[in-house]
Amino acid sequence: MPSITTEDLFQQKIDSEIKIEPKDWMPEAYRKTNVRQISQHAHSEIVGMLPEGNWISRAPSLKRKAILLAKVQDEAGHGLYLYCAAETLGMSREEMINDLHSGKAKYSSIFNYPTLTWADMGAIGWLVDGAAILNQVMLCRTSYGPYARAMVRICKEESFHQRQGFESLLILSRGTPEQKAMCQDAINRWWWPSLMMFGPKDSESTNSDQSMKWKIKRKTNDELRQNFVDMCVEQIKILGMKLPDPSLKWNEKTGHYDFGEIDWNEFWNVVKGNGPCNKQRLDARKKAWNEGEWVRKAAAAYAEKKTGKQKAA
Amino acid sequence: MNFIRKYYYGDIPEDKAGEMSEASKELTKTDWPLWEIFIRSKQGLDHKHAGSLHAADAQMAIENARDVYTRRMEGVSIWVVESRYIHASNPEEAGSLYEPANDKVYRHPTFYDLPDEVNHM
Ligand SMILES: [Fe+2]
Ligand SMILES: [Fe+2]
Repeated sequence: MPSITTEDLFQQKIDSEIKIEPKDWMPEAYRKTNVRQISQHAHSEIVGMLPEGNWISRAPSLKRKAILLAKVQDEAGHGLYLYCAAETLGMSREEMINDLHSGKAKYSSIFNYPTLTWADMGAIGWLVDGAAILNQVMLCRTSYGPYARAMVRICKEESFHQRQGFESLLILSRGTPEQKAMCQDAINRWWWPSLMMFGPKDSESTNSDQSMKWKIKRKTNDELRQNFVDMCVEQIKILGMKLPDPSLKWNEKTGHYDFGEIDWNEFWNVVKGNGPCNKQRLDARKKAWNEGEWVRKAAAAYAEKKTGKQKAA
Repeated sequence: MNFIRKYYYGDIPEDKAGEMSEASKELTKTDWPLWEIFIRSKQGLDHKHAGSLHAADAQMAIENARDVYTRRMEGVSIWVVESRYIHASNPEEAGSLYEPANDKVYRHPTFYDLPDEVNHM
């Protein structure tokens, strides 16, 4: 009888949809992939607050300001759920943050684009959160338990993000000619970067599908991207706006919309750190971390003093 | 670990990313302690594990838990326990730990065959 390895047993668990929990045995590469992916995801939520934070003080009404604040606060929460999920794999919070600041860990490139007008808040909610939701709904069934549970929590909160964005665009789309133009302009600028969020084409990667086999990922980039395009083509009709792609066309044979070629040069450029805001985003994160240092120290000192008093009493 | 080079949505596969340094364990000591958060969603229900977070002390853990885990009325009561005080059963012993319950079907009401005339039982 061929002997069954721990690795085989692990794969059997995955195949029968049994979740992997922190203390369970796992291959080192599984741990590493999860740490990388979950911490990148956490960083994306945190850095993702910056482009939107830019507009909190300039929201056009108190209502919109309250909504935007609530959304940005949710993103902070998402980052925290995810950092904790990554920590269950043994990496310290501080190391993750150091890796973000040193550039060793990445975050989603979409947040390296600037938010130029108020309409960008709508476009981000509709397109960027919309694209993120497709990925996150899939990840609710990912094989690592703490990651899957964090995703369930996040997905419950995300649908408000997308809806508020779409509603905000809807109002602009029914407004003055200037508002309409602003709405269309934001869609034009965010459409292609949103498609890039799904990552390179499946045909670009010739390598093995380990993440799929381990059920960390359950759908390919192209599948998710196609879902997204099909959804948006219908939704934009309600806005009475246009997606900036002349090649968009219904394909009878595939039952999906065909779309134009993505500018992959731009994609790789932004990944490599040369996007319009890469430096600005990292600088903002480092500044926040450094300026918070005295708070972290003071709180730790206060806690220590209190436990000291309790022991003395 | 070269075989995971595929670039999936949300996973930028760089060689070094995801690798933990030897220093990680040391750094854990400088982080604020980790707390496990339990939330009672409604009066009359049990507290249920919601997740974890870092805080300098119990008071801060409760306040942070309120912001992180109950932004939408998810709770009416919060318990926080420092994670290092939680002791867990060993997953490798799950078999021997729970197996004894396996053959005791007579612990379940369906084990008992009663005439149809018996009501409310
Ligand atoms: Fe989020
Ligand atoms: Fe969101």
